[in-house]
Amino acid sequence: MYSATEPSTNKSTRHLVSDWSSDKDAFKNISWGKAMMWIFLLSDTFIFGSFLTGYMTVRMSTTTPWPNPSEVFALTIAGHHIPLVLIAIMTFILITSSGTMAMAVNFGYRADKKKAASLMIVTALLGASFVGMQAFEWTKLIEEGVRPWGNPMGAPQFGACFFMITGFHGLHVSVGVIYLLIVASKVWRGHYDITKLSQNMTNDNQENTNSAKNYQIVEITGLYWHFVDLVWVFIFAFFYLW
Amino acid sequence: MAYAEDAERQVLHEPKSYWTKYVWSQDHKVIAIQYSLTAITVGLIALVLSGLMRMQLGFPGVLDINASEYYQYMTMHGMIMVIYLLTALFLGGFGNYLIPLMVGARDMVFPYVNMLSYWVYLLSVLILISSFFVPGGPTGAGWTLYPPQAISEGTPGTEWGIILMLVSLIFFIVAATMGGLNYVTTVLQARTHGMTLMRMPLSVWGIFTATILALLAFPALFVSGVMMLLDKTIGTSFFMPEMMSLGTQMSHSGGSPVLFQHLFWFFGHPEVYIVALPAFGIISDIISVHARKIIFGYKMMVWAIVAIGGLSFIVWAHHMYVSGMNPYFGFFFATTTLIIAVPTALKVYNWILTLWQGDIHFTVPMLFALAFILTFLVGGLTGLFLGNVVVDIPLSDTYFVVAHFHMVMGVAPILVIFGAIYHWYPKITGRMLNDTIGKLHFWITFLGTYLIYFPMHYLGIQGMPRRYFSFEGLEFISQSAYILNQFITVVAIIVGISQVLFIYNLIHSFTKGKPSGNNPWKAASLEWCTPDTPPHHGNWGPKLPVVYRGAYDYSIPGLTDDFVSQTSTNASVGIVSDIEGEGS
Repeated sequence: MYSATEPSTNKSTRHLVSDWSSDKDAFKNISWGKAMMWIFLLSDTFIFGSFLTGYMTVRMSTTTPWPNPSEVFALTIAGHHIPLVLIAIMTFILITSSGTMAMAVNFGYRADKKKAASLMIVTALLGASFVGMQAFEWTKLIEEGVRPWGNPMGAPQFGACFFMITGFHGLHVSVGVIYLLIVASKVWRGHYDITKLSQNMTNDNQENTNSAKNYQIVEITGLYWHFVDLVWVFIFAFFYLW
Repeated sequence: MAYAEDAERQVLHEPKSYWTKYVWSQDHKVIAIQYSLTAITVGLIALVLSGLMRMQLGFPGVLDINASEYYQYMTMHGMIMVIYLLTALFLGGFGNYLIPLMVGARDMVFPYVNMLSYWVYLLSVLILISSFFVPGGPTGAGWTLYPPQAISEGTPGTEWGIILMLVSLIFFIVAATMGGLNYVTTVLQARTHGMTLMRMPLSVWGIFTATILALLAFPALFVSGVMMLLDKTIGTSFFMPEMMSLGTQMSHSGGSPVLFQHLFWFFGHPEVYIVALPAFGIISDIISVHARKIIFGYKMMVWAIVAIGGLSFIVWAHHMYVSGMNPYFGFFFATTTLIIAVPTALKVYNWILTLWQGDIHFTVPMLFALAFILTFLVGGLTGLFLGNVVVDIPLSDTYFVVAHFHMVMGVAPILVIFGAIYHWYPKITGRMLNDTIGKLHFWITFLGTYLIYFPMHYLGIQGMPRRYFSFEGLEFISQSAYILNQFITVVAIIVGISQVLFIYNLIHSFTKGKPSGNNPWKAASLEWCTPDTPPHHGNWGPKLPVVYRGAYDYSIPGLTDDFVSQTSTNASVGIVSDIEGEGS
């Protein structure tokens, strides 16, 4: 987050260079925790990138036809056969959770503890319901005979990629839910308040000591959460819509 | 608020109990030593394995080694040396020790995760070693673990060995990520007052760039490991085509074995530079200190490191010219491979120009540094042969390849590791290593490795295939090859045993070595400016150091000392090595 005194954009390249090459820190006014989360997410991008590339390659290499996702991921609700309906709801929920997360970050920076924590809990609940629906989807497919090693609809790689990629993403969401709940409870209890912080300063390496950045942890958690959502958009596009 | 101001306001909390101080320590220096000792121990196991392989090649039948065991030794030797020794030692060992000291931080930014990194690494090593004791033994798939053979019947270790290998790699990647996040963030965000990016010693630049490569390349290995594990354990077909194995139809169908090769080498080629870039950086520092000269073309050296790091991601398929991929790929990857030779050659020229007219002290670290330049040059030149598709195809899978990569990424980085240990041991322990033993160790190791690997080029051009358990009765192999193999084995055993000298030196000098003082090499860089040697917890006392110049101000006329430390405020001497003077 850059302060308002930053120069206008026509000088920005020069200032970028001088920021990067100056002493102490390359990214000014950014705590190490936030920088570390960004770097981690970059690394994680390569993991999901490799997973999706692998999926696309085996989808091309396999000799049997790929099952039609619109058919496989359809639900019959009240006699109507609706393709991709569950996935549409899941995607909607996850994207909504990004919205509540963004609001939590906003209230975090206003030091409105109760609202920030409540919105984080709402985000976590939305995430948990996403995982719950994923469990439902897995159960339905398993009942229909889809297995990692084969399925009645076509290429065996379909089940393998589906369970591996959605499983790995679901794991990320689950970890995110736990992470959100831990941070939310700490925010609620006022763990990041200045007075409390100065007592914990010597033995707690995780928090910032600067009052202006007290609730930056909310934003760091949010970075992770938005990333997990973004990854889902790609999985949705490449797996369900292709 | 920057880390530097923060670090000065905090009260130092030094661990008191033995356990938190030396075992579950969050201090980067202790973690570095834990990493290094574990890596060296596991490296010695791999050294013994290579001796056993050489015995089989030189004197078949003397030791009772069967083909399966040979392949298991070969696989474990390769994997241990590349991942568990070199990667862990350069990043976990040197990275941990040097980064905070060289950039003037109290510790890594997230010490708890740094500690976890070591313990997960140790876990991965234990899982790997445990595969020697399971039914069927460790995997014998070769260190590249190519499917389908890696998980098909008939390859040694398909029962448990391959599973343990993949699980161990996955844990290693988790450990490397936890450590790597710390190294990168510490370099970016936790430097001290006046320490600009362009004042950092090249060691830090090398380790920093290599860590970024690790963070972006290991994911591909992670994913291929997960996929192969699923293929092996629950019968998915990511890498497994429809095939017959030992007369029975396997249940797999439709997978892509070449996909594994792409994923593996997307990791595997940056891995070469994960090992090489820290070596480049460390060697630049050692040469500059012991030749008492500013490093030639510091800025160029930095950009060369960054350029090599970037290019290393687009050359991977030069390992796959014979894999059956589209021939046009070969054209592209041969071109990028030859381009990467440009920044690499630039670095070699700069090292030589640093030595040019320098006041060269033939100390043990310097000897190893000079040996590195020569070895890297030889290994790099054979890389030009193998980078070209038409030359590579006849040389592929021969001992020429073995000689090439052992020279360039086996011996060369190991020489750097030895040089670096001789160079920084005084900082770590406060005592000097024994000079006589060091020189003996150097000459045996240096000459020995040439006697081992030079003949292998000849064997390769003769067409001797690598990874063969036995050459008996093969018509196309001349008599000279058998004699050479015996010669190589004898030298390899001597070099292997001579490493005892090094281990003895490390242990003996720890208590009996000559006290070194704070700065035995009269080096200018920041790690030699700590108030205590070895540095205490927190490294710098109450105040962080302030840096006024680059790390290479040597041989400056008109001074009693011939160097100016990075923290010196002496304004009367021109700041020779400050590249970004206006930046502060």
